[in-house]
Amino acid sequence: MHGYLWFVGKRALQLLAVIFFGVSATFLVTHLSPINPVESALGRMTARSVSNPEAIVAMRAALTELYGVDEPIWSQYINFWTRLVQGDFGPSLLAFPTPAMTLVMRALPWTVTLLTLATLITFAVGNIMGGLAGYNQNNRFLKAFGLVAIGIQPIPYYVVAFIMLIVFGFIWPILPISGGFAMNVTPGWNWPYISSVIQHATLPALSLVLVGFGGWFLGMRALVSNVVTEDYVTYAELAGVKRSTIVGAYVMRNALLPQLTALAMALGTVFSGTVITEQVFNYPGLGSLLIDAVNAGDYSLVLAVATVSVTAVAVSIFIVDLLYPILDPRVRAE
Amino acid sequence: MFAVFRDLIRYNIEFTIGLILVGVVVLFACLSFFSPVDPSLIYTTIPDQPPSAQFWFGTNSRGQDMFWQLSAAFRNSLTFGLTVAVLSRIISIAVGLTAGYLGGWVDRVLMFVNDIFVAIPIFPVLVLFYFVLRNNMDSFTLALIMACFGWPFDARLIRSVALGLKHREFTRHAVFAGMSTRKILLEEHLPYVMPIVFSTFMNNMLWSIGLEVTLAVLGFTNINNPTIGTALYWANSHSAMVVGVWWWIAIPVILMVMTFIGLFLLAISMNEYIDPRSRLRRMGA
Repeated sequence: MHGYLWFVGKRALQLLAVIFFGVSATFLVTHLSPINPVESALGRMTARSVSNPEAIVAMRAALTELYGVDEPIWSQYINFWTRLVQGDFGPSLLAFPTPAMTLVMRALPWTVTLLTLATLITFAVGNIMGGLAGYNQNNRFLKAFGLVAIGIQPIPYYVVAFIMLIVFGFIWPILPISGGFAMNVTPGWNWPYISSVIQHATLPALSLVLVGFGGWFLGMRALVSNVVTEDYVTYAELAGVKRSTIVGAYVMRNALLPQLTALAMALGTVFSGTVITEQVFNYPGLGSLLIDAVNAGDYSLVLAVATVSVTAVAVSIFIVDLLYPILDPRVRAE
Repeated sequence: MFAVFRDLIRYNIEFTIGLILVGVVVLFACLSFFSPVDPSLIYTTIPDQPPSAQFWFGTNSRGQDMFWQLSAAFRNSLTFGLTVAVLSRIISIAVGLTAGYLGGWVDRVLMFVNDIFVAIPIFPVLVLFYFVLRNNMDSFTLALIMACFGWPFDARLIRSVALGLKHREFTRHAVFAGMSTRKILLEEHLPYVMPIVFSTFMNNMLWSIGLEVTLAVLGFTNINNPTIGTALYWANSHSAMVVGVWWWIAIPVILMVMTFIGLFLLAISMNEYIDPRSRLRRMGA
């Protein structure tokens, strides 16, 4: 038990460090840039309408106060953290005067659900198939599966999502290709809403799974084909242990450890992929929100999405890390 | 070096396929040096022509000959990938070798920084950079930023090899012979990690080109600079699929998939070659 606490403590420290540096980086990038947010927001607002000079001066003063850019950088930094702890990023310009945090919180559940489901399916399918392929190296079907994995794995998220969109949107339109749920249902715990959500999530999730499973498959196959050469596997085979037990309990369990570490490390990349997938399928998650915010020049919303996504990814890595000792008894015993 | 190459081609079908795919794409990209048209100009030819003898890849709705346009795009994208890969390799070699050889608190600090970089999702950060830099973001700046995020995985890999090298006989000899740390790292240890550097080089190129495509498709790079991603961006913004100009999307996607599968095959076959167990299994020795 002591070892487990020590392990959790170390990971928690790391989590805090990642959040601290990540959030500081987003602050520095936005505040040390040569572009002044006040002037760019002003330019955007005055571009479409004619305003008299006094109104522009008043607006500039209001925006400067809103962004707090007239203060020295370190006091802005401290300000930023104090407000961040309270979850306050200021009003969003995209949907003024809704707070940016409210918009982010509205989008977060969509992304978290999509990402969690897709990652779990991908990880399970990839590892189980990969483990079987590594153990039964002469199986035709699994060999073909490996070829498919090699073919799909390197293709960027965007292209796969786009091809799915064309196939299921134009050529064989059976699934909805846009939005989070249908227009004619009321959100809540009722079946039409839930089934509509599931239907709308199918394509984005499927495209994430398609891109993702290849990496796990190839990784697991390589790991398992190394583990099966170990003496204890030969011993178990000679002792007449059932093959399914050998694969499941002895071989795959040992090979799963490095895969779990890899999962923690891959979450950031998976998140990046989700952003694109959401954009392609117009899914109402964080990714679409980020892109809308950038296109609208919404300073506080971009900062809010970036900060929340850095934090969310760090927390999910922490959660995966906590699972590690369950699989690896050595960490508990340390 | 040549013998390694010959062995790879002879015993490793993946390597050969990868080499051919990447070779074709590189050759195609190199043709842009002889391009008769400036790829940044628009309306230089008849728009929306399907592929024909005159226009091999057709022309797009912006009046550009897709053959020369894509050739320049692939040159830019490959150059971009190479830049990111070289820069991030330099960081990962420096960090990996130093952390592995020196150990102790240097190792702990470097690996702590390493873990932070692994955990930060790069895409929002890149979008943030685009958001503040807007049109000041050229492809070299982007390459520099991506290189700053592309090293941690490989630094850890290099470190794990360097850890083993540290206790080898020849390292001790070098120390007793009075070699400086820098010299030991560069002259004694570096050759041992070079195979890893090469195989991760390909993976890194894949990653950076893919990320550039992603950013460009959303319009988050300099969209007037022809790359694979901006080719798709313009196709989307002219609704090429809806209008029926399918070749504007299909040809770049096919070429891109060729590039990606080629680079990926090169990377995994080199990886396999590094591991002596799987190399022997393949050669049947």
